[in-house]
Amino acid sequence: MTRKIITSKVLTGLLLTSGLALAGCATKPKELPPQPTGATTTTTTTPPPVSQPMGPVPGSQADFMASVLGDTILFDTDRYNIDSEDQGILQSQAQWLARYPGKRVTIEGHCDERGTRDYNLALGERRANAAKNYLVSLGIDASRITTVSYGKERPVALGSDEASWAKNRRAVTITVQ
Amino acid sequence: MGTINNDAAIAIPTFPTNEMLPTAADGGNTEALGRNLARVIYGDLKNNGLFRPVGPDALPGIAFGEVTAPAFPNWRARSAEMLVQGFVKAGADGRLTVGCYLYDVALGSELARQGYVVKPEEWRRAAHKCADMVYSRLSGESPFFDSKIAYIAETGPKDHRRKQLAIMDSDGANHRFITNGQATALTPRYSPDYSKIAYLSFLNGTPRIYVYDIGSGQQRLVTEGKGPTFAPRWSPDGKSILYSMAIAGNTDIYRVPATGGESVKLTDSPGIDVGGSYSPDGSKIVFESDRSGSQQIYVMNADGTNQKRISFFGGRSATPEWSPRGDQIAFTHIAGNLRIAVMNPSGGEMRYLTDSWQDEAPTWSPNGRIVQFFRTAKTTGKTSIWQVDLTGRNERRLNTPVDASDPAWGPVLP
Repeated sequence: MTRKIITSKVLTGLLLTSGLALAGCATKPKELPPQPTGATTTTTTTPPPVSQPMGPVPGSQADFMASVLGDTILFDTDRYNIDSEDQGILQSQAQWLARYPGKRVTIEGHCDERGTRDYNLALGERRANAAKNYLVSLGIDASRITTVSYGKERPVALGSDEASWAKNRRAVTITVQ
Repeated sequence: MGTINNDAAIAIPTFPTNEMLPTAADGGNTEALGRNLARVIYGDLKNNGLFRPVGPDALPGIAFGEVTAPAFPNWRARSAEMLVQGFVKAGADGRLTVGCYLYDVALGSELARQGYVVKPEEWRRAAHKCADMVYSRLSGESPFFDSKIAYIAETGPKDHRRKQLAIMDSDGANHRFITNGQATALTPRYSPDYSKIAYLSFLNGTPRIYVYDIGSGQQRLVTEGKGPTFAPRWSPDGKSILYSMAIAGNTDIYRVPATGGESVKLTDSPGIDVGGSYSPDGSKIVFESDRSGSQQIYVMNADGTNQKRISFFGGRSATPEWSPRGDQIAFTHIAGNLRIAVMNPSGGEMRYLTDSWQDEAPTWSPNGRIVQFFRTAKTTGKTSIWQVDLTGRNERRLNTPVDASDPAWGPVLP
């Protein structure tokens, strides 16, 4: 079990130091009986922070937020196209996803309050899928990305003005932890 | 003791009882219940643009013997044109007998009468039935007061809105929450026989339509299809449900048997096709699509053929709902503000019924004379349910215990 995890880490070539450090875990079972379910979690989420002692846990949501240009792309009224600014953000997300091939994300699609409920659910779905399709076009496996539309049900900006609506017409990428 | 000055005035004095007896109905005894019955009838008949009712709290009481022998000269002196009188009796088994009489005061003659035997907890239905008799006899329209409404009860701040499925009588009474609010619930629709409610829930994280059985409290997914499903609508015969499903971001309209089974895809445009409302004879469906570039309203045959756009008003047109009478389609018109409007099924004779910042999601009263919708307040996001008649002049806010949206009327109870 442990061997397999280490092998996959080595193959990615990204977490080589962490992977080797994990080999040191072989000393641990002497203290405690092995915990089959906990073992995987331990090896993947708490590698000793060798290179970044103060940084977020690699592969975590915090690491994602620290690594990408943004978790959110914005849309014009009734639109769902990915503009150049969105492309920059999504490319940074794709780079992070390439670094952590075991990680999955959910993309939430949202709308502003100035539309009807059913249509906004459909539009939010279309926005989330537009973001997903762009990530897929950058080589991210579609099976790693799920989408969900909240329509106009979950605003982040609470005003009833153009500035608030612009912030609410969005697709947000969230890592699945 | 109000004086009635309007020539369309209807006087509704307290319903007297033959004998004051205790009852489990509101009021605790038949005498107090008689006043509550008249109050409910008064509440039903006011604010719909046809009548000027005067209720029991502004009128003298009448003797039990007067119910079938009105003192017409007294009512003429009060300028009442119509008179609704009735009585209430409690039976040995606790059941209530309510009599309802409608008189033409000027002619001094009886126009209609009905009697109802109800359980104490159903006393309001007797009042609604009486109001329905008066309304039908005087307007020539079908009744609608003895019906129920499903809606979404909303609480909490704008960014953490708790949305629960709830039901109530057409006047807001007998309120009951169906879901606890842990998962956001939206867009309920009563089945035509009131046995089920189709609605959207975010249970398990994604928006899916569930069919909730009111009797058993059980629910099931409307379809096992993979995508998110929303905008449920029943066929007039209750045998089918329309739903909208997004696959890879593209939303289309499907039909599925209400008991479950194979779905049939009715639309196939690359745009968003959503919603759908059957004509009363079940032969056509009006729906919404942005295939032209923005939300507009289309009509198709019930099998999905012959799809034609009917809205050409500028702005966007959304959430069409076919009147149960078949002659009108209510919808949300979006041009800056969201407003409720009606048009005929060919897309002609468009008229606004409301003019507020955000009114949306119209549904019809069972008789097709009243449109119900919800209104959202700017900035606060607070919602409320409103009813408006087809002139657009008579708007009223429905009393709900908390904020309310997505109202859907069921049919008149048998």
